[in-house]
Amino acid sequence: MTTTRARHGSAVVTLPSDREILITRVFDAPAALVFKAWTTPELVRRWWGWESSPLVVCDIDLRPGGAWRYVTRDADGTELGWRGTYLEIEAPHRLVSTEVFEGHPEGEAQSTLTLTERDGTTSFSVTVLHASKENRDGHVASGMERGLQHSLDRVEDLLAELRGEPARTDVGGVR
Amino acid sequence: MARAATTTDAFNAIAEVSRRDILEILSGGEAAVGDIVGQLRLSQPQVSKHLGVLRAVDVVRCRTVGKRHLYRVNGAALRPVHDWVRTFEAHWNDRLDRLDDLLIELQQEDTQ
Repeated sequence: MTTTRARHGSAVVTLPSDREILITRVFDAPAALVFKAWTTPELVRRWWGWESSPLVVCDIDLRPGGAWRYVTRDADGTELGWRGTYLEIEAPHRLVSTEVFEGHPEGEAQSTLTLTERDGTTSFSVTVLHASKENRDGHVASGMERGLQHSLDRVEDLLAELRGEPARTDVGGVR
Repeated sequence: MARAATTTDAFNAIAEVSRRDILEILSGGEAAVGDIVGQLRLSQPQVSKHLGVLRAVDVVRCRTVGKRHLYRVNGAALRPVHDWVRTFEAHWNDRLDRLDDLLIELQQEDTQ
């Protein structure tokens, strides 16, 4: 992709305590739109997965106590699932839910989305609170493995290009 | 699973909140044990013990000026910790870039 538009910012990840992950970003859009893109299945499908590892399940029952479940499927047919329950919904500024990677069901965390709009731009933050430091570290480490895989795929693509072969599309996926 | 010894690597050494507090103080510049004690609610022996752990994994280095031991952060030793989080960040950044693209599209649709 060769988009040249300057983005409003990039994601910043910090670890504010032993059990938390904080992800922040600024979007050039009103909070209501960010909230809609975050909670509407047809829209989530357009950004959450990857081209070669799209979301094949995107269930959102947006009410307190309602369940959500996302499943990605890669080219080999490998499916990865995440699920949780909505706890608090205050559209369009706050959404609290549980979340767990189905491959590691004991690692349930609580996720809090906060959207703060100011002059048409929205400050976005997601805090993921794990039950233990070990689970938190495991979550970040899984992202690292995926990230590394992602980078290796990029190298493969580059090598393929240099060899004059068509580039593969991109893979990966971790919440 | 048994916890690894605190001096195994930088990850274990900074797993303790007091040691991260000490690093934060040292990130402002070189300091002696007494300076750190003055800023944290820890005793001098506690601070010395934490500095010992940080030095064992080379996250903190020490030089002697006269009778004073001055401690400073060795950023290079924290690199693995930094990289660990940055890779996770890069992943989220990719995902949120796609969300950003979608938000732009949705706003363009709205104005058409």
